Amino acid sequence: MSKREIINSRELNITLNRLCCKLVENHGDFSESILIGLQPRGAQVLERIVRLLENEYNVKNIRTGLLDITFYRDDFRRRDGHLQPNKTKIDFLVEDQKVVFIDDVLYTGRSVRAAMDAILSFGRPAKMELLTLIDRRFSRDLPIQPDYKGRQVDSIESQRVEVLWKEINGRDAVLLTEPTS
Amino acid sequence: MSELSVNHLLGIKHLDKEDIQLILDTAKEFKEVLNRPIKKVPTLRDITIANLFFENSTRTRLSFELAEKRLSADVVNFSAGSSSVKKGETLIDTVNNILSMKVDMVVMRHPNPGAAEFLSQHVDASIINAGDGAHEHPSQALLDAFSIREKLGALQGLKIAIIGDIVHSRVALSNVLLLQKMGAEVMVCGPTTLIPKYMHTLGVRVEHNLQTAIEWCDVANMLRVQHERQDLKYFPSIAEYRAQYGLTMEHLDALDTPIVVMHPGPINRGVEITSEVADSEHSIILEQVENGVAVRMAVLYLLAEKRKLGTS
Repeated sequence: MSKREIINSRELNITLNRLCCKLVENHGDFSESILIGLQPRGAQVLERIVRLLENEYNVKNIRTGLLDITFYRDDFRRRDGHLQPNKTKIDFLVEDQKVVFIDDVLYTGRSVRAAMDAILSFGRPAKMELLTLIDRRFSRDLPIQPDYKGRQVDSIESQRVEVLWKEINGRDAVLLTEPTS
Repeated sequence: MSELSVNHLLGIKHLDKEDIQLILDTAKEFKEVLNRPIKKVPTLRDITIANLFFENSTRTRLSFELAEKRLSADVVNFSAGSSSVKKGETLIDTVNNILSMKVDMVVMRHPNPGAAEFLSQHVDASIINAGDGAHEHPSQALLDAFSIREKLGALQGLKIAIIGDIVHSRVALSNVLLLQKMGAEVMVCGPTTLIPKYMHTLGVRVEHNLQTAIEWCDVANMLRVQHERQDLKYFPSIAEYRAQYGLTMEHLDALDTPIVVMHPGPINRGVEITSEVADSEHSIILEQVENGVAVRMAVLYLLAEKRKLGTS
């Protein structure tokens, strides 16, 4: 297994700042917007983006939630092993609000489809958008594209894209992992 | 975490600690689903479940049916009173007829101990025991454990007293087995006639004095006096049972440390427990009912997960 760093800490910080700027441009004071982190790995991107929005762009009172899509997946009973649900924490209705889903890597698009299904349990949003830190383009199974993308990565199916966070892994980076033949 | 180690929920006896932990953890996420504005998830949309009740039930049947519908399963209901069982059909024939209609899972309550296990050996469906005679009622024990854990944290090290009609209770045996597997200490308390002789062999304390039991425990699980199963006189009168084993506010007020009071229902108010106690802040009886749906959703989800498409 070989790992190659495709985004370093400095680049990741620039990318996150750019994403925040775009969000502020489109959502203003976020009074009608809700940021939803997709469990499990979107939670960390959400946390970092909210911190930047509050500290660097002076946006206050951002409403956030965490959404687990396990019970909405389309591969239940179709894959080996157990699908362990994570915590969902959405303490408000999303009716008529602009929802932005936040995840680390967009790959087949199936998780996002499940998220669009799952969020309807909390009301009918006025709009749904998607922010992803990494877009693995040319690998989509569904007609789903991000509204905000950090970096596009060309990768093949056997490769994995792994996002590391300082808080969890000791450093910020994005790695491309490929099995050695 | 891995999948359940079993393909059926026949009794707590067959589950290991990891299975119980997995069911309780999964139930926690389903409880969150039940508190959403829209309480339905599409997970079991390709699963058909038959609820076979060969014995009366209100709460368990409704709870399972609601759990199934919240998971988007297709549901067929059957009760023995209005079926061909009355015309002499055997259990296997009844169930095979139902399964030929492409049913994936069967939730069954039956008056005979071992009925669910017997069925699991003869039909190709996941079987969930919703009570087999005075043997086991695993989903009740799981929801009791979930409710205790929610109220008091971990089960490990807790002292639980199961009080009342133990001999006729399937809830008691399932509770004893589950609580012991999870590291709790268990006591059973009741008149000598209502405690099975084998009870001490399970490693539980046996007590006949209610006061001693409630002073010892953190949680008192009050069981119903099952008049319908009592073909003999097990105690002189209801009044005497109430005087000896009925839990009152006076009992609870006199305790130095408050205890949690549970009851699997249906309650005989004024017999094993007074209305005051049942409706008091000590009681988590309604939480038990609410948690029952979440726990049953977890059981159905985890068992359905083992029926991989193409193999079932």
